[in-house]
Amino acid sequence: MKHVLSVLVENKPGVLTRIAGLFARRGFNIDSLAVGESEKPGLSRMTITINGAEHPIDQVTKQLHKLINVIKIRDLDPEKTISAELMLVKVRAEGEKRSDALQIAEIFHAKIVDVDRNTLTLRVVGTTEKAEALLALLQPLGIVEIVRTGPIAIGRGRG
Amino acid sequence: MKMKGAEAIIASLEDEGCEVAFGFPGGVMIPLYDALMDAKKLRHILVRHEQGAVHAADGYARATGKVGLCMATSGPGATNLITGIANAYLDSVPIVALTGQVRGDLIGTDAFQEADTTGITLPIVKHSYLVQDPSEIPQVINEAFHIAGTGRPGPVVIDMPVNCALGELTYSHPERPDLPGYKPTLEGHAKQIRAAAKALVEAERPVIYTGGGVVSSGASPELLDLAELLQAPVACTLMGLGGFPGTHPLFLGMLGMHGSVASNYAVHECDLLCAVGARFDDRVTGKLSAFAPHARVVHIDVDPAEIGKNVPPLIPIVGDAKRVLARLVEEVRARGPEPERTADWLARTQKRREDFPFHYDEEMTAGELAPQYVIEQIDEVTKGDAIICTDVGQHQMWATQYFKYRFPRQFISSGGLGTMGFGLPSSIGAKVGRPDKTVVDISGDGGFQMTMQELTTAVCYDIPVVVAILNNGYLGMVRQWQDLFWNKRYSHTDIRVQPDFVKLAEAFGAFGLRVTKEEEVAGALSEAIAAGRPTVIDFRVRPEENVFPMVPSGQSLDEMIGGHAPKKRRGKPSAADDGGGAS
Repeated sequence: MKHVLSVLVENKPGVLTRIAGLFARRGFNIDSLAVGESEKPGLSRMTITINGAEHPIDQVTKQLHKLINVIKIRDLDPEKTISAELMLVKVRAEGEKRSDALQIAEIFHAKIVDVDRNTLTLRVVGTTEKAEALLALLQPLGIVEIVRTGPIAIGRGRG
Repeated sequence: MKMKGAEAIIASLEDEGCEVAFGFPGGVMIPLYDALMDAKKLRHILVRHEQGAVHAADGYARATGKVGLCMATSGPGATNLITGIANAYLDSVPIVALTGQVRGDLIGTDAFQEADTTGITLPIVKHSYLVQDPSEIPQVINEAFHIAGTGRPGPVVIDMPVNCALGELTYSHPERPDLPGYKPTLEGHAKQIRAAAKALVEAERPVIYTGGGVVSSGASPELLDLAELLQAPVACTLMGLGGFPGTHPLFLGMLGMHGSVASNYAVHECDLLCAVGARFDDRVTGKLSAFAPHARVVHIDVDPAEIGKNVPPLIPIVGDAKRVLARLVEEVRARGPEPERTADWLARTQKRREDFPFHYDEEMTAGELAPQYVIEQIDEVTKGDAIICTDVGQHQMWATQYFKYRFPRQFISSGGLGTMGFGLPSSIGAKVGRPDKTVVDISGDGGFQMTMQELTTAVCYDIPVVVAILNNGYLGMVRQWQDLFWNKRYSHTDIRVQPDFVKLAEAFGAFGLRVTKEEEVAGALSEAIAAGRPTVIDFRVRPEENVFPMVPSGQSLDEMIGGHAPKKRRGKPSAADDGGGAS
């Protein structure tokens, strides 16, 4: 089962290295990691997705907690979580492919952010599942390049 | 108060109560070493290799319970500390390693003697700092000592670019640090403690399994109370030796690979295992799935990540061993434990302790002393009151088996990392921290040669440690494995080409003695202790003696070899009453 961890960290030099190093040393594989500033000055929030079947999630969070720069960890409940990622995807768009690509983009509410004679670049924001579905449809057209942030996630309500 | 960065480092260290630093200077450390000349309270001991500095700081910390401090220059100075930092990390020893670094604006340019010290040490520190500005110095040093010495102790690295030592700042002693991400849980959960108390008083075959956490938290009095109240036998790990008196009738000895028959079988048969400040290491558990198969497990540890890492406990308690045990004792007492409940069990463990003591062939010939006998004599001559440091290998295991540790912080040994070369420098640190105690380094001819340059340090600062080399001319533990599991193919374990250790000691300006005969052992030890100066004794011991009993790697604790009763032939299963002996 996939676990989404929301980790509040002090924005100090080397904090990302410490976390990446810890995962490497303990043999935990990260599926994705996204990081940015949080609502609190000096603190950043990381969203880490990890496969809980491979690693006891309990060990992962306990080991993370031992890092001095880690303030708080939440193992987000998927039922009560809003999650989204940003994806940029460049597809082949010669001839007929162009209208196919445009149609698919429209269905997925993806924005066309770049066009040239041979390609279109789509920008889509949404769940990982949505990104995967879009990619599956674009596949036959020929995908040139994919760039994804990995999901970021936030718990619902209860402000 | 305005001062130079280097002066602020000294002031901060002295404010932390730091009395002694073990170190070695270098280019980027010159400003700090200059300020050291004017230090009022902080004493510096110049070692002869940085590895000596970090092991000495480690030995000092283990002997005193204070945070140990070592210093080294950038690049090779810092990398020479690595082994010792890893050693302190695996044994949870509080040390601060202060390393010099190249100027801030040169970092990342592959400057002369530049190494990424915080990067290299990342997986082996509790925490680390790369100081960015001189103004951070007081805060960083304050935090470093706090982190190293509290919770589960461990090493902290402070990497100090030379421009910070040269720069200026306004110094004031910082408040106790507020570290939002560091709040060790010290008080155990009351409900869990009650549950543990209930399980303990209900158990018929309890064993208390104790580790280094008992020693580092100072929980020995509480442990003694608990064991006596429950009339529960105590087995301890290598790191736990001294945490419970080795002379106590409830003490079963060390458990694990070279543990006692009594301890290993007690753990195998117990119905309740109460682990305190121990981490179910593979050298302790043997085959994990067969470890304590009948036991309900209570696990007390200050580090939540240790709980459930190897063995899922029924009752986990996160907290400081001393505080948790104190509460646990109250709860147990309130329940009115019935010591009769464990009477049968105690009789059984006790009998096994008597039937299967550690033993060896006591017939000795000249030049072939029994190494075990030498250790017994060290216990005898020092009346069991010396601090014992060891290197790593066979002599270390014999030191766990044949010396009775009576008080905490008496036994100083590299447990987790198994660092050869730890003995001599750690004994120097221990003696500096505890000048009132006799300090004996029990070493091997292999390990001693790894850090023997520190004899100069001992001579230079008049630190009278006694180095007892159990010289068998082999890298004995590896040779033992080759003997038992590799058809006696002694690949590169024969080290009979070796220096004359007596002459070597004399060349260093220390006192050297050689002992080849049984009747000389006690006299030589007394002479060495009375000499009041660094002394090396070259004990010529049996070359091919093996450490028994032994649980072969990856096997269950009840599959010991060589755990027979005395005066029976090795290899024959014992006909003991309840099948308790190992073949």
